[in-house]
Amino acid sequence: MNQLMNSIGNWVDERLPVSDFWKKHISEYYAPKNFNLWYFFGSLSMLVLANQLLTGIFLTMHYKPGAETAFASVEYIMRDVEWGWLIRYMHSTGASLFFVVVYLHMFRALMYGSYQKPREIVWILGVTIYLVLMAESFMGYVLPWGQMSYWGAQVIISLFGAVPYIGEALVEWIRGDYFVADATLNRFFALHVVALPLVLVGLVVLHLAALHEVGSNNPEGVDIKAKKDSAGRPLDGIPFHPYYTIKDIFGVGVFLTLAAFIVFFAPEFGGKFLKPDNFVQANSLVTPDHIPPVWYFTPFYAILQAVPDKLMGVILMGVSVLILYIVPWLDRSPVRSLRYRSWPSKVALAIFVIAFIRLGMLGLSQDSSTFELRLWTFVYFAFFILMPIWTRLEATKPVPERVSSS
Amino acid sequence: MSETEPLASVRAPEDPSRRRLLGAATGVVGAVGVGAAAWPFLATLRPSDKAKVIGAPVEVYIGTLEPGQITRVQWRGQTIGIMRRTENMLAQLPSLTDRLRDPESDIPQQPAYAQNEYRSLRPDILVVNMHCTHLGCIPRVIPEVGAQPFDENWKGGFFCPCHRSMFDLAGRVYTGVPAVLNLLVPPYSFSDEEHVVIGINPEGVA
Repeated sequence: MNQLMNSIGNWVDERLPVSDFWKKHISEYYAPKNFNLWYFFGSLSMLVLANQLLTGIFLTMHYKPGAETAFASVEYIMRDVEWGWLIRYMHSTGASLFFVVVYLHMFRALMYGSYQKPREIVWILGVTIYLVLMAESFMGYVLPWGQMSYWGAQVIISLFGAVPYIGEALVEWIRGDYFVADATLNRFFALHVVALPLVLVGLVVLHLAALHEVGSNNPEGVDIKAKKDSAGRPLDGIPFHPYYTIKDIFGVGVFLTLAAFIVFFAPEFGGKFLKPDNFVQANSLVTPDHIPPVWYFTPFYAILQAVPDKLMGVILMGVSVLILYIVPWLDRSPVRSLRYRSWPSKVALAIFVIAFIRLGMLGLSQDSSTFELRLWTFVYFAFFILMPIWTRLEATKPVPERVSSS
Repeated sequence: MSETEPLASVRAPEDPSRRRLLGAATGVVGAVGVGAAAWPFLATLRPSDKAKVIGAPVEVYIGTLEPGQITRVQWRGQTIGIMRRTENMLAQLPSLTDRLRDPESDIPQQPAYAQNEYRSLRPDILVVNMHCTHLGCIPRVIPEVGAQPFDENWKGGFFCPCHRSMFDLAGRVYTGVPAVLNLLVPPYSFSDEEHVVIGINPEGVA
């Protein structure tokens, strides 16, 4: 039996490099031995992506795009389709949790300098994934065709109207009508279900390909490839499988426990994941009193509100996301990890996190003080703009050659 | 053929300019082809003929509109407000000039025939696109004069609940609010004393 399996395996390997691929990326991919809690969020992002694809496919089997049918078909899924509510809540909760794990994943990179040479392309691909994810989640949010779907779409699409000269024509082209209408919903459906998922999966493959080319960073920021044994294996590296597959499975267990709690007991999460207004069908003649975006967009929305000019606001909001792309070149520090930097880096990152969270809170409310909006917007940008200065000036501790055993 | 001699197909050509020209020509023709092929795909996204028909003009009866009252109709999916302003309302308008960003309506947010003190064809009747020029929400109509939570010297006007933009009763935007443009005045005309047609300019105007 074993012999038969082996010969089948060989037969395949001679035609398709399955074993090689497994070795290169799993069983003989050497990851640093000192990964900590923060290193769960990459694999968890993959888990959530898989969840979104799986539940999404099943939702598509029951959902009917179209201004007349969309809202009712979502309610049909919730009430009449067996277990439909579960699939739908897994998808809607998954969307929010996607951003939770991605934000933590990005914070990890900022903390340990994972974007530094030679991982710039890993970072750039990651930021691109984040951008596509924003588009994907925005369009997904429009599909139930509730009041928030509709007016959220109205607000976001009209941002493009700020483009000089071609703004109006551009907006009309995006909507496919003179207002957010059936045509808009249908194209968002196509993009959400086919186009962007393909792009997303492709980018994730590239993100991992780039990562496996340069190897993973670690909390110490030590280059483990610098010290290898006689067989060319990093002394401080351990094979991804079985060591990190086991670790990640534990992380998955904890994550799914929390996720299941939300799905079963708080799928709307107090109006944060699904807003009450979205349980009312879209109506172009009634604007809700308040149109806040979903929580994961609110920091950028706050930045938009801080500027008393539409075009400048839109530009600043765009820059606030795109500035992430140049972080590898803004950081001038000779060391990667925060552990070997001094207080300026630590204080700056802490203040940045506070600013990001505070902007998120301000963006949710409609009575935020303009002063506070501008203060935290200023802090947000100061973090990036001043990064080259403090990272160059601050004292750094020498990075050890090996990952310490303690 | 010797081991060291590369294949003819990968060897540098004797006349490289010929190969460069052919390469460039192929690239240019290919790009034109891709552009031409992309056009139908991009054009499918524009408003369809059906959407264009639905976007036809709308006639509204205003005979029963009381002074100070506003009615809303839909035209091209936009909410158009038609308001019969009172004498008092019109009298307040000039007093606001220094608080407005574009009091003279210099920015073409209205047809030329509505670029006047009242931003309308007839002083009393205001026809205005109700969507906030910031992000398209529909402002609340607050015609009463008096202090409001958002403004102590409110003279009546439109207040957008989304991002706190303010407009006066001619749809002119205040300074210091997110919106920077006056409310849009759609093309409209009167077919008779009691009917407004939205989407058609008055006769004699192109």
